[in-house]
Amino acid sequence: MKLGRVIGTVVAGKKLDAFTGEKFLIIQPLDENLQPDGEPLVANDTQQSGPGQLVTYIGGREATIPMGEPFNPSDAAVTGIVDEVETP
Amino acid sequence: MKIARVLGSVVCTLKLEHYRGEKQLLVKLLNPDGGEASDYAVAFDRCGAGKGDVVLLIDEGNSARQVLQTGPQGVVRAVCVGFVDSVDLSRPQPGSFGG
Repeated sequence: MKLGRVIGTVVAGKKLDAFTGEKFLIIQPLDENLQPDGEPLVANDTQQSGPGQLVTYIGGREATIPMGEPFNPSDAAVTGIVDEVETP
Repeated sequence: MKIARVLGSVVCTLKLEHYRGEKQLLVKLLNPDGGEASDYAVAFDRCGAGKGDVVLLIDEGNSARQVLQTGPQGVVRAVCVGFVDSVDLSRPQPGSFGG
């Protein structure tokens, strides 16, 4: 998993059937110091997260698992909303 | 597997159901010589690691699902599975295989 900041939402009226009912977010990937790192990406939401929130997300095949339709082409999914990153 | 150093932990209250009770560590990947690589990961903990520990990291879904026993629906990829005590980088001798 990686850390990311939700910077927006995506509305797609016409999309693959496998994406029906799914909410999509724009995520700015962050590095371990919570600084922006790389290009924003679109991820499907599993946690009712919204813009401004710090989240963990997972890329690759694992991103398809939380979605309702098992055969879907998602490549990033939010897995949790971060309360705190503790680096004592 | 990869080698990584634990930087700290990531606390999430709202998360996927099967993450409940799992500790999430923020780890920085290392090169074999101990220098920091560019990448990092948020990984689950299966060895009781804390900040500063150098750990063995699985970064692959099927292995992680086995270690965490999540079943096929586990949305997991990175897991810390052991402590690294030392790394011995043997230098290939000239003329030897791979040298």
